[in-house]
Amino acid sequence: MWKLLKIELFKIFKRPRTYIAFGAIAAVVFLIQIALKYDGKSYVDLLLNNLSGSFEFSDEFKGKLLNGYMICFVILNTLLIQMPLLVALIAGDSIAGEANMGTLRLSLTKPISRTEYMLVKFGASVIYTFALLVWMAILALFGSMIIFGTNDLVVLRSEGIEQMKHFDVLWRYFAAFGYAAVALTTVSALAFLLSVFAENSIGPIIATMSIVIVFTILSEMNIPIYDQTIKPYLFTSHMVAWKGFFYVQADAEGTTINGSIENLPAVLRSLGILIIYIGVFFSTAVWVFRKKDILT
Amino acid sequence: MINDFGLIVRTTRKGFTLSLAAILLFPSMLKAQTADELIQQVKAKLDKVNDYQANGKMKTNVVFIKAPIANVKVYYKKPNRLRINNESGISFIPKGSVNINLNNIFINTEGFDIIDVGKEDKTNFRIIKLLPKDENAEVVLSTLYIDEKLSLIRKAKTTTKENGTYELEMTYGKYAAYGLADKINFSFNTKDYKLPKGITFDYDDGSKKEENPDKLKNKKGKVEITYSDYIINKGVPDSVFK
Repeated sequence: MWKLLKIELFKIFKRPRTYIAFGAIAAVVFLIQIALKYDGKSYVDLLLNNLSGSFEFSDEFKGKLLNGYMICFVILNTLLIQMPLLVALIAGDSIAGEANMGTLRLSLTKPISRTEYMLVKFGASVIYTFALLVWMAILALFGSMIIFGTNDLVVLRSEGIEQMKHFDVLWRYFAAFGYAAVALTTVSALAFLLSVFAENSIGPIIATMSIVIVFTILSEMNIPIYDQTIKPYLFTSHMVAWKGFFYVQADAEGTTINGSIENLPAVLRSLGILIIYIGVFFSTAVWVFRKKDILT
Repeated sequence: MINDFGLIVRTTRKGFTLSLAAILLFPSMLKAQTADELIQQVKAKLDKVNDYQANGKMKTNVVFIKAPIANVKVYYKKPNRLRINNESGISFIPKGSVNINLNNIFINTEGFDIIDVGKEDKTNFRIIKLLPKDENAEVVLSTLYIDEKLSLIRKAKTTTKENGTYELEMTYGKYAAYGLADKINFSFNTKDYKLPKGITFDYDDGSKKEENPDKLKNKKGKVEITYSDYIINKGVPDSVFK
């Protein structure tokens, strides 16, 4: 099985289109970094406009605010919404691509069960997803830390501001990237499931993106009828829970408690929901695939 | 004899009138002088300081901000230059923080009418109001709560035209001789804060938030600075304030 996994990974990383995703991430990250390096103060002014009546913001303050940790947060905020497309490119192609090329039946002549075959295929998609996130972490986090330096992290929420000491930030990023890996694996599992039904890869990729877009819109809209009924069950509502690692607890006087997370049970619940989604998508894909009449 | 008697009566009546006038007028004259003197005494104490730099810990308490305790350096230079600098991190410095420097109140004592309001019941601090003579001045009214024995301002309220009311409460210790506090509580008005969710993409953890529309509006923010040490009159470079 390990050999098969290596073959699958070889196939994925041999294809030039695999690197489109890596290139796209690098382009977006560099563009954001360049923009914020040369015109970051305008961006900070926009964000702090609401507070300028109550606080003094010197150029030095703005420079400190715009540190590597904040840049990485801005990048994650922008990019993690777009990344499902990049993940779906590979996962949606997993089975449907083989069917399209007419190699699926041939692959299944090997002495392994269909379940093992699915495990290997899905495993390769997950490794690709992780590789994409590691690439993003290197560019967005470590790249920004080198270019902009480090300082306290200030996270602007819709109704409040969270500030963390510089030494209390890095572990949150590791946790957030770990969470993002699970979140993107959910998308990968969905694309993988849809891939089982299709004979070419475009269908599952577009279908996955359509589902993610519709669900994301529903998750971000604040309409009470959806808030209580649909929203808690959409996986897209839980995909943004990586931000929960950057929401901190404070004492009665508003002083940040170092190393704390505002609502860890909620983040873990969201993580659990995503894992359930992955399990359901993957087991459904295996179940369908085992029953499927492979003709190509 | 009649003349002598008349003279005695007239003299006694004159003395009585003078005594009565003195009894009625003297306390108010004494009070007015004392308020003025007290202000001069406090000012003289503060005038001993030409510049200082101090290390301190700053705690920010604003309803919509969660911030850690910051190690700050406070720089002051006459007449009214003040800078709070967080050298190892980020601190939200409220507008009007220059008012934590008490000298700021006395920059132009000629420009104020001094009103003695009496004493505060609980603390026995002397309450003195400073009303600027200039109608266009940014400061509308300053109210000082002064410890008469030590000639120290314990509390100050400054009402401004543009930025609401600032309140200062001071606790003194080692540097009381210079009128410099060991601990300052600075309260200020905060304006409402809200960013569109389309920008922040907040994570909704499903917990019910406190439904209070006024929570984020026009509340008082507080900053507490606890000083650990001062370096007084040793010079502070101008570059610090740029």
